[in-house]
Amino acid sequence: MRNQRNIFANVDWPSILLYLALIFIGWINIYAAVFNEEHYSIFDISERYGKQLMWIGLAFILIIIILLFEGHFFTSFAIPIYISILFLLIGVLLFGAEIKGARSWFKIGSFALQPSEFAKFATGLALAKYLSSLNIKMQDLKTKIIVTIIIGIPALLILLQGDAGSTLVYASFVFVLYREGLSGNVLLIGVYAAILFVLSLLLRINTFSFFNVDIEGDILLMIVLGLIAAFAMYITKSMKKTWFVIIISLVLSIGLVFSVNHIFESILEPHQSKRINVLLGIESDPHGAGYNVNQSLIAIGSGGFSGKGFLDGTQTKFNFVPEQSTDFIFCTIGEEWGFLGSFILIVIYISLFLRLLYLAEKQRSTFSRIYGYSVASILFFHFLINIGMTIGLAPVIGIPLPFISYGGSSLWSFTILLFIFIKLDAERMNVLR
Amino acid sequence: MNNLSSRQIVVGIIFLFVALVYSLRLFYVQVINNEYKLNSDNNVLREITQYPARGLIYDRNGDLLVYNEAAYDLMVVPKLVLEMDTNSFCNLLEISQTEFVSKFKKARSYSRYKPSVFIKEISSISYASIQEQLFQYPGFFVQTRTLRKYPKNNAAHILGYIGEVNPATIEKNAYYRSGDYIGKSGLEYAYEDILRGRRGVKRVLVDVHNREKGSYKEGATDTIAITGKTIFTTLDIQLQEYGEKLMVNKKGSIVAIDPNTGEILALVSAPSYNPNLLVGRSVKKNYPLLANDDLNPLFNRATMASYPPGSIFKTVQALIGMQDGVINENSGFPCIKSLVGCHNHPTATSVSSSIKMSCNPYYYSVFRKIIQQGKHKSFFKDSEVGLHQWSNQVKKFGFGQQLATDIPNIKSGFIPDVKFYNKWYGEGRWAFSTIYSLSIGQGEIGIVPLQMANLAAILANRGYYYVPHFIKRIDDTEHIPKEFTTKNNVGINKKYFIPIIEGMEKVVGEAGGTARRAKIENIIVCGKTGTAQNPHGEDHSIFIAFAPKDNPKIAIAVYVENAGFGGTWAAPIASLMMESYLTDSIKDKEKENRILNANLLNVIPKK
Repeated sequence: MRNQRNIFANVDWPSILLYLALIFIGWINIYAAVFNEEHYSIFDISERYGKQLMWIGLAFILIIIILLFEGHFFTSFAIPIYISILFLLIGVLLFGAEIKGARSWFKIGSFALQPSEFAKFATGLALAKYLSSLNIKMQDLKTKIIVTIIIGIPALLILLQGDAGSTLVYASFVFVLYREGLSGNVLLIGVYAAILFVLSLLLRINTFSFFNVDIEGDILLMIVLGLIAAFAMYITKSMKKTWFVIIISLVLSIGLVFSVNHIFESILEPHQSKRINVLLGIESDPHGAGYNVNQSLIAIGSGGFSGKGFLDGTQTKFNFVPEQSTDFIFCTIGEEWGFLGSFILIVIYISLFLRLLYLAEKQRSTFSRIYGYSVASILFFHFLINIGMTIGLAPVIGIPLPFISYGGSSLWSFTILLFIFIKLDAERMNVLR
Repeated sequence: MNNLSSRQIVVGIIFLFVALVYSLRLFYVQVINNEYKLNSDNNVLREITQYPARGLIYDRNGDLLVYNEAAYDLMVVPKLVLEMDTNSFCNLLEISQTEFVSKFKKARSYSRYKPSVFIKEISSISYASIQEQLFQYPGFFVQTRTLRKYPKNNAAHILGYIGEVNPATIEKNAYYRSGDYIGKSGLEYAYEDILRGRRGVKRVLVDVHNREKGSYKEGATDTIAITGKTIFTTLDIQLQEYGEKLMVNKKGSIVAIDPNTGEILALVSAPSYNPNLLVGRSVKKNYPLLANDDLNPLFNRATMASYPPGSIFKTVQALIGMQDGVINENSGFPCIKSLVGCHNHPTATSVSSSIKMSCNPYYYSVFRKIIQQGKHKSFFKDSEVGLHQWSNQVKKFGFGQQLATDIPNIKSGFIPDVKFYNKWYGEGRWAFSTIYSLSIGQGEIGIVPLQMANLAAILANRGYYYVPHFIKRIDDTEHIPKEFTTKNNVGINKKYFIPIIEGMEKVVGEAGGTARRAKIENIIVCGKTGTAQNPHGEDHSIFIAFAPKDNPKIAIAVYVENAGFGGTWAAPIASLMMESYLTDSIKDKEKENRILNANLLNVIPKK
């Protein structure tokens, strides 16, 4: 039976230790990133590391509060929490303060709160609540539509705030849906579409010449797609039924290639298309769009195998890397701790993610499992985009590195996200199947 | 749902796959690839230039001609500027509020983090009061620079000026960087390498906003700036000053040389300008004014204007004639004015009297004998042979070629040769009768005043010269380039100079001479007048001379544009210069005042 007096009873200590490790790494690296000789006290709350320490303290209080709740509170209140957050998201659109082009902050004095950070766990709760209700099958069209709405509304509201990066995070729920029965083809089609998108971007700027006939790169891509389709139809000539599928895919693929131009030039903001171009090496712009990535790579690359040592980083210490305590905090780690430190950090992250997956699978309640998957997926997606961007493998999308980047809102939202699951997990034995 | 639980493996594998890709990428970026490490050094190290003080320039007697004066630029880093009392700040700087705002905006639009000049060249007096209060205004600081200063206000053409180096030079010469100062003309240009010294470099660590964060390797790789060397010139600044004074309100030039060494004592080009006009921020205002002046004060007439030499060239003709053996010192030719115009004078019966009276027909005859020596049957061919020999001989006097003097842009003048006339008239279509104006220093011939002074030096030396130059000493070492200490013989036997100099003495010292105004008490002056016709108006007034006759100390050429007869203006100017140099005083004040008060800029043009 559960020990009523001890709030830490049955909590998963490995996850908590990994969490604490990341929090600590974050704090000392924010210290390193902001460090200068004039302000050296690590507890100085006028500096970011001092503030972060305060956020960490408050995060611990949040943990205690979460652990004090009964697990089923979150099950029962999943939808009300979700709806309140939606109201906050609408409220921030109306009354929020604009910081760096995004209207996603509530400003109360010098203190700023970002509701979109908290929408992540709320969406996870709502999704878990809906999918765990009786007679829900992922394969049903109705389920798919409702799931799309649950995920889509906060995503859309955040997009309206002008925070495209945070919107993208909602794509991470694909992992959850996949686990819950969404056809794997959806993942494959997604990957296929992404590859096609990148290919047509790369090819459309080139012109190829065959037998003195000039063919635009994207036209060539369409011809190749047509040839592949024809070949597939030839192989499957005995099964004429598959032809329908092949022709539909061909038409959709060519449609996608055609629309790349439109998407790129009309739908994406100029700075967004530029960042993608820079990432793909189509454009080189070391002082403009490519500046962040270039400086970031220089900082990380100059770390070498074992790093320059704590507080000895020159690139990050002297502010060459922008946003180095928030989105580009990984540069400080890469520069001062080298490959060794970066690798250890990746290992810590991946251990946490796998531990969460493992715990999720152990849950008796569907709600807890789905929520567990949401936590792992959201954290993984941040990890994927944030580190990917600093090492030039992902476009520059300003989203924080979980538990490490400076900032109260993101630290608390990730803490809440994680500890609700830890609480649910701690009570898994109490849940009857 | 059992079949779905295998999907945890798929998700786990995707997570692991990403972690693996990122680890490999990090390994590549951090361990294998070296490019980023090099980049990081460039990012952080900034080289701060330590500018050396430019070398000083002195005259031959140790009078300072050029020195450096500290100038103070008030700099601003907009990002560091805090709220402040702009009112008292503006009062301190003596600027208006609107000026302050516009200057500040300009600085901010340049960069918020990099320093830019707020007010250029604050005088050292206002600097003192500003410096005391500047601490109240963070973001502002004073940067010291040096400006060239010319205590004497003279010799602008010789000293030249410095200015910011242009992009073309930066490309050619690795030493220079944008914003460096370089000699643009005169001695500043010629001795740039010596005067500029060597820049030092201080390496500091900086952040992305260029803020200094400490020295690199405790300064182990820094170098100290080396001050430019001091140059002692051959100029006599008092003589130069006097020459410029005499040439006020005149167009032309004076070049005075010490014939024993080729040292240039004075080189005046009039009109001149005050060298202090082309310093620092006044350049912007003054340069266009000077450049657009009708009288062209920036143009160094003494080295760049090619003039017809007129009758002073007769000395050269007589020397060549005697050297060629076509005449001797006692040759006489009648003054036949139908050949070439002349003034009324007794018949010249010898070389010396022909020089004294400057008889034109005499030299018509001499030149005909030089050109047509009868070495060829054809009239035309004979002229060709004669001219060829003649122009080669004339060039030995330093004419028709650049005298390798140590200031830039020296013109070579022009001595016509066979090739020139063949091109001009066609081969075999010209003869002596076509080119006889050369005999009296007219026609196609062009000589710059520096070359005329050099001719005076050749006559003073009786047959040789040293390339005229300005350099006397560099620092304390008497190191003068070899080309300035090499004797150049003009290929005329010394004895032939005797009748010429005798004639030149009579020009000044004997009744009927053309330059009686050039006489100096107790000193034997030898001179030769010239009066050159020209298409621009009144004749140019020309005089070359040296003194004293024995052991000459000074050789001089004076050229006054459109002033009239050589003996009227050029000769007295030359004598005043020589008297001043040789005796440090002027006895004939009336003569001096006549020149000082004369305005020859607007002489009525000759019809």
